[in-house]
Amino acid sequence: MKPRDAEQIGLNLRPETMSEVTPTPESHGPEPLVAIRGVSKVYERGRQRIEVLHHVDLDIPEGDFLALMGPSGSGKSTLLNMIAGLDLPTEGSLSVAGHRIDRMSSTELARWRAANVGFVFQFYNLLPALSAQKNVELPLLLTRLSGARRRRNAAIALDLVGLADRASHKPNELSGGQQQRVAIARAIVSDPTLLVCDEPTGDLDRHSAEEVLTLLQRLNREYGKTMIMVTHDPKAAEFARRVLHLDKGILVEQADIGA
Amino acid sequence: MKYLPLLFAALMRKKTRTLLTLLSVAAAFALFGMLDAVRVAFNAPQSVIGIDRLITSSRLSLIQPLPYADLARIQSTPGVEAVTYASWFGGIYQDPKNFFPNFPVEPESYLDMYPELVLPQAQRQAFLKTRTAAIVGEALADLHGWKVGDKIPLRPTIYPHRDGGEVWTFDLVGIFKAAQPELRGSEKQLLFHHTAFDEGRDIGQGTVGWYIVRVEDASKADQVAQAIDRQFANSAFETRTQSEREFQLSFAKQIGDIGLIVTAIMAAVFFTLVLLTGNTMAQSIRERIPELAVLKTLGFTNRAVLLLVMAEALVLLLLGGLIGLALATLALPVIGEASSGQLDVAMRPESWVLGIGLMSTIGILVGLPPALKAMRLGIVDALAGR
Repeated sequence: MKPRDAEQIGLNLRPETMSEVTPTPESHGPEPLVAIRGVSKVYERGRQRIEVLHHVDLDIPEGDFLALMGPSGSGKSTLLNMIAGLDLPTEGSLSVAGHRIDRMSSTELARWRAANVGFVFQFYNLLPALSAQKNVELPLLLTRLSGARRRRNAAIALDLVGLADRASHKPNELSGGQQQRVAIARAIVSDPTLLVCDEPTGDLDRHSAEEVLTLLQRLNREYGKTMIMVTHDPKAAEFARRVLHLDKGILVEQADIGA
Repeated sequence: MKYLPLLFAALMRKKTRTLLTLLSVAAAFALFGMLDAVRVAFNAPQSVIGIDRLITSSRLSLIQPLPYADLARIQSTPGVEAVTYASWFGGIYQDPKNFFPNFPVEPESYLDMYPELVLPQAQRQAFLKTRTAAIVGEALADLHGWKVGDKIPLRPTIYPHRDGGEVWTFDLVGIFKAAQPELRGSEKQLLFHHTAFDEGRDIGQGTVGWYIVRVEDASKADQVAQAIDRQFANSAFETRTQSEREFQLSFAKQIGDIGLIVTAIMAAVFFTLVLLTGNTMAQSIRERIPELAVLKTLGFTNRAVLLLVMAEALVLLLLGGLIGLALATLALPVIGEASSGQLDVAMRPESWVLGIGLMSTIGILVGLPPALKAMRLGIVDALAGR
C-alpha cells in the first residue's frame, strides 16, 4: 500500500480528541523528538542498589528507526520503557516532542502514552477473548471517536498490515506472525508519535520475523513513523536506520546504517 | 458502553468458571428471594378488613385454651354471624414423621364454617352421628392408603386418654375434598368430634383451643374483632382475634423467630457467596495481570483499570442476582399454591430493592480488593511477569 492510499483511508488519523488530551507541538524545530539527558536508573532490591542505566545521553530525531542492542541486563529494555513512559528515571531528564515526561504523574503519563506511543511486545500481548478487530480498536476506546469511526480506523490498520481478512479471528486462531501484525496494527491505529518495539521478532520464525520487520521498516520509511526497537538479533537490527549498543547501562557505540 | 466488549471479554475468558459463578450467584439470590418472601409474609402486619372469617384465641399463647363458656358471648357479639371451635390434638399416626394436623371440632358448625371442605352428604351424616368418627382430606387418605371404614389410631402427645389407653382410635367415615385446587393443602388434615375429645381427655375439659367466627359484614371485620376482644379484656382469659392467615402464621412462629432464622440462613448464604465470588475474582485477576498491564501500557489510567475490574464484579453479581430473583419470582406462586394459599408469598418491590442493594454491596466487596490490586499494578514488573 502506498502512502497516498493510506492517507485516503485515513491512516494519518491522529484522533482530533487526543490533541485535546495531550497537545503535541506542531513543529519541534531543531529539537530532537526524543531528548535524553543524563538519565540514570537505579533499582533497590532490599539493601542492594543496582544501577541499570548510567548517565545516558541520547537524541532521537523524528522519523528515526533506532535499534537498541546489547546483552541481557544491559539496560536496553529499561531505556525503552522510560522513553515509552512506562518507567521513570532516577536521575536526568527525558523529553519527547517537547514534553518532559519524567515530570508527569502516572495519570498524565497514561494519557500521554495513549496519545503518543504505540507498543509492540515480544509475545504480542493481545487480549485472547477479543477478535483481531477488537484488539486493534482497544487504544481508540480512550478517544472520543464514535464506534463507527473506531471500527473504520481499526479496519484500515488491519488492512495496512495485510490482515483485513482476519479481522474477526481470535488471537489463538492466528499464527505468531499474524498475531504480531495485529499487535502492530494496534500500535499504529491511533497514529502515535513513537512506536516502541520490545524484541518484536523474539518469538517468531525467520520468515515471520522478516515479514514483521519489513512491515516496521515500511511504516518508518513510507509513513515516517519514529521507531525504537530493542533486539538481540543483529539481522533484525539491520532493518533499522541506526543501531545503538548498550553495555552495563552505558552507551558504548552508535552505528549508522543509513536509509 | 464502549467498554462493554472489554467487560464481556473478561467474563468470557473462562466461560465455564464464569457460568458456574453465575449459577452460584443466581442460586444464592433465588434462595434469598424465596426466603425474603417468607420473612415478609411472617412479619408483615395483617389486617382483618375484608375478611369474613376470624380466629379468636388466647391473647397469652396459642397453647393457652379458652373456656367453652366463651362461645355464647362470642355468638352474641354484634356483627357475628356464626361461631364454631376447634382444638389442637397433636396425635401421631404410627411415626412422628407422619405428622399431619388433627383437630377435634364441633362437626356440624365446623363443616358449615368451611364450605370449601366438600364431603358427600351420606358421609357428612355419618360424621355427625358417630361420636368416634373422623374425616380426612383426600390427599391425606391417599398418602396413607386410607378408605372409609378404616380405623385410624393416633398416639397422643398432649392428651392421654382417660381410660389409660395409649392410642385414640377413630372410625374413618368420610373423605373430603377441597373445593378449589389451590386449597389442596386443607386436604392434609384429620377432623374428629370435640365432644368425644373432651370426654376422653383427662385434662383441660370444658375448654377449646380457639373459636372460629364468621362475621356478617366483611368490611366491618375489624370492629367485630375488637368488640370480641373487648368483651374479654381484663379477664382471666383475654382473647386475640385475628385473621385465619395470621393465626396460621402464629402457629408456624411457635418454632422460633422466623425472621431471625431466615436472616441467619441468608447471612450464611451470602457469606459463602462473598468467599466464592471473591476467590473467583481474585483468581481471574491474577491470571489476567499481563492483560491488565497491557491495558495500562496502552494508556488506560489506574482509575480506569480499577473501574473496569469493579464493573466486572458488579456485572457478574447483578446478572446472576437478577436471574436468581427472576427464578424466585417464578417459583413463589408455586410455593404459595402448595401452602393452599395460606402463605402469601410473592416477590415484593422491597425484596427486589433489597436484592439489588445486596448484589451491589457484594459486588463492591468482592471487586474492590482485586480492583485495587489491578490499579496498583506496576506495568514494567507485570509485563516482565514479576
